[in-house]
Amino acid sequence: MNAPQAVGVDWPLEVHGALRGAGITIVSYVPDAGHKRLIELCHADPAMRCVPLTTEEEGLGLATGAWLGGERSVLLMQSSGVGNVINVLGTIKECRIPLPMIITMRGEYGEFNPWQIPMGQATPAVLEAMDVIVQPALEAKAVAPAVDAALRLAFNGYAAVAVLISQRVIGIKSFQEQAAQ
Amino acid sequence: MSATLHRREVVAELLAERGELLVVAGLGSTAWDCTAAGDDDLTFPLWGAMGQAAMMGLGLALAQPQRRVLVVTGDGEMLMGLSSLATIGVQRPANLSIVVIDNGRYGETGMQETHTAHGVDLAAIARAAGFADARTVRAAGELGALRAAIHAHPGPNFASVKVRVEKLPIILPPRDGGLLKARFRRALLGASADLQ
Repeated sequence: MNAPQAVGVDWPLEVHGALRGAGITIVSYVPDAGHKRLIELCHADPAMRCVPLTTEEEGLGLATGAWLGGERSVLLMQSSGVGNVINVLGTIKECRIPLPMIITMRGEYGEFNPWQIPMGQATPAVLEAMDVIVQPALEAKAVAPAVDAALRLAFNGYAAVAVLISQRVIGIKSFQEQAAQ
Repeated sequence: MSATLHRREVVAELLAERGELLVVAGLGSTAWDCTAAGDDDLTFPLWGAMGQAAMMGLGLALAQPQRRVLVVTGDGEMLMGLSSLATIGVQRPANLSIVVIDNGRYGETGMQETHTAHGVDLAAIARAAGFADARTVRAAGELGALRAAIHAHPGPNFASVKVRVEKLPIILPPRDGGLLKARFRRALLGASADLQ
């Protein structure tokens, strides 16, 4: 159960398919070990422009500009980045910009790094305080359906929606395991 | 060397006969400057999101590669989003220009000095980040070439335009974010944008 992508569900491949199905053409990200395969799949897709960011809030500016220009984007990040986007979420709300975010959790379940725990534990409350719709995915088979639903909510409702992929899914339990990714 | 250019005249010249230019205006004085030059459906003036004007320009430039995109923002706003210059330097959108109207002050909060008042060189930072063209403009005679670059020079282009410290009348754009978004998309994409 500890290995990444356990129980035979290739959730990154399914999520990539959901992004394609929703017409996502711009994928921005701050890397996370849990997003490694999805990032690689998006980079390999000629229909997607991948934009590595230096900090997560850049992804909100990018999503706003992309939507003004008629394109759909998605933001991939780790839960620690949620603290970096709080103020700009106010602009997303005021302007009603569709903003799907796919967030891999740290500091949530079996965390090995104590410095990750405060932000990880606060992540849902921080997002909800800024009126972001939060949809947890607690197991691998639930990730792609949650992303698909989040994309519909975001673009049909002009809303910010976050899928929180549990550490149960990512399954990394030590620095050594993370480094071996 | 104290600056001699007047910000309203600079922005008015850069936006003159703007044609199909798409504009993002950073919050505060540059939003008032762009509005003073003529409110336009294809200007997206910001009232918040400090530090994100350049990234909005990048998103717009990637979404609309056939159109020229201009970000007009202040030195304080640009400093808050300095790392976005690195992100733009990686993407290298040929149709994006960023112009910082640089008075070395936080104009909306009491005219406190920004880092550029102490020698931080924004054009050098943009050049180091990979911008195709990065210049500092101090004279009115250089504005024509900058305007031409905004419309035609393969970018990304960056300019820091040094302007005087001035207290000017505030010329407000609409402030409803949903309205500003919707009018921009409708003007750019047509009425069908409302149904997307």
